[in-house]
Amino acid sequence: MSDGQPAVDRSAKVTEGQISDSLSQALGAGAPAKPAGPITAAFAFAWRGMLKVKHVPEQLLDVTITPVMFVLMFTYLFGGAVAGSTAEYLDYILPGILVMSVIFTTVYSGIALNTDLTKGVVDRFRTLPTWRPALLVGSLLGDTVRYVIAGTVIILVGVIMGYRPPAGVSGAAAALGLVVLFAFGLSWVFTTMGLLMRSPNAVMNTGFMLIFPLTFMSNVFVEPETLPDGLKWVVEHNPISYLASASRGLMEGNMDTNDITVVLVTAAVLTAVFAPITGRLYRRG
Amino acid sequence: MLAIDASGLVKSFGDTRAVDGVDLAVPAGSVYGVLGPNGAGKTTTIRMLATLLRPDSGTAQVLGNDIVSQGAAVRRSVSLTGQMASVDEDLTGRENLILLARLLGFGRSGARARADELLEAFDLSEAANKLVKHFSGGMRRRLDIAASIVVTPKLMFLDEPTTGLDPRSRNQVWDIIRALVSGGTTILLCTQYLDEADQLADGIAVIDHGRVIAEGTPAQLKTSVGYGSLHLRVVHPGQREIAERLLGERFDGVHRGADSTALSATCRDAGEATAALAALSGASVEVADFSLGQPSLDEVFLALTGHPAEEPTANEEESE
Repeated sequence: MSDGQPAVDRSAKVTEGQISDSLSQALGAGAPAKPAGPITAAFAFAWRGMLKVKHVPEQLLDVTITPVMFVLMFTYLFGGAVAGSTAEYLDYILPGILVMSVIFTTVYSGIALNTDLTKGVVDRFRTLPTWRPALLVGSLLGDTVRYVIAGTVIILVGVIMGYRPPAGVSGAAAALGLVVLFAFGLSWVFTTMGLLMRSPNAVMNTGFMLIFPLTFMSNVFVEPETLPDGLKWVVEHNPISYLASASRGLMEGNMDTNDITVVLVTAAVLTAVFAPITGRLYRRG
Repeated sequence: MLAIDASGLVKSFGDTRAVDGVDLAVPAGSVYGVLGPNGAGKTTTIRMLATLLRPDSGTAQVLGNDIVSQGAAVRRSVSLTGQMASVDEDLTGRENLILLARLLGFGRSGARARADELLEAFDLSEAANKLVKHFSGGMRRRLDIAASIVVTPKLMFLDEPTTGLDPRSRNQVWDIIRALVSGGTTILLCTQYLDEADQLADGIAVIDHGRVIAEGTPAQLKTSVGYGSLHLRVVHPGQREIAERLLGERFDGVHRGADSTALSATCRDAGEATAALAALSGASVEVADFSLGQPSLDEVFLALTGHPAEEPTANEEESE
């Protein structure tokens, strides 16, 4: 470099001049005094998550379509047999499917983090002078928007099928809020998996292998009364059952504080255990 | 003043010592090339210096700050353009830059203005609102570098910035690098191409199997190899052996290229090359291609280590 510009052909020289002028201007521009604080940084990453919902809506569709299929199939195929009529069964199953659809979406948080890691964009984020865990916190904040969308879609499908929440819009909103809060806690489990596993596919397979039995062995689809004792015990102690019962209570207007407490404590414990593990794995790289 | 002062950096992954005692002294304000084949330990070295990996042993100061104990201070003055493009493919070019500007402390409108200014400077204004996954390789690289100078860094790590680019995009990237250096940024440039290091770097460290095996200016390195090299292709693969023997009578370091017609040799004198060509023609060897050029990375490696930079693979043979 010190011994002068090497020869370049004439056409290249034109672009060189153009780039250099505006580039040196861009390089000389004033920089902010200091990088963003933790909260601004987290919200910037949340914004990034929402942009992805906008640009890649099919990812959201993937996780919403299964619960929509389930609510249609279960209601019309088994509704009559399980609850006497499809309308009665819809009243029972819809709050449960709401839980299921949002829980399914949490797996996506782990898949998204793993995808980021395999693509190298996280390297850039980690070399920025901002609070490092902002990416994790912000992404999960952005994901809550995704959870709200997934939950709203299911409630709307239910309404189209004739479901009318007895506690009205506010009851449905409260149930959705509780489910999203629980999902925020659960998603730390999947971000931990996202940092440990080798590929987004591995996170997806393992995630759903975990999530499927967890949601089916709950009271999402059927009342546990008729189940064999061992299974009944599992279903009754499954946190997903508490979440489904709590949502049912809120949507029907007879909320159960015990159910809600168990849900909130579970979400808090999951966050307290898995958020620091995620943070440590992420810092280690 | 040294921008990077590393001594004895070691990093192992399992049984593999990816970096096995690397020392680097990079003067501030220069372009320093780290030259080596795939898997030599270039990227691992960069990742340690950029505080993405913690070294197993050894120490390094980047702009006077220790990479382990003062990581946050290091991150305040460096930026990284990785081998895999370090931009978000699912966002538009503009959104990528706005996000980084926000994270680096720009306000909402300031971030938008900064993004537009950079898009203009890097000739990306037209594609600003396209998703990055639809960008061409050259555009992606330019965006990647733009993302690294949202706040102009004192030191920039560039990991193979032109691998896979067409010649025009490569020239653009080189121009951008020159502009950055004239603005006072120090650059650590990892590359597999001697040509690239020769064009841009003031000093070069050649790295192989995780160790620095040679260091010097581009001119010094080339001299250590010989003045240049002669590349030859015969028309009929069957005649390569005769050609190899004839070249062997005149030159050192005759070796076979990856495909069945290629030969190369160390050549110190252009007159010798003319004589060799005459001799080949005298022996009725038909020559398809004959050139005198800079030594390639392969030849630098052969001269420095006695083994080629990379064993030719089936893939390379096909692409020849």
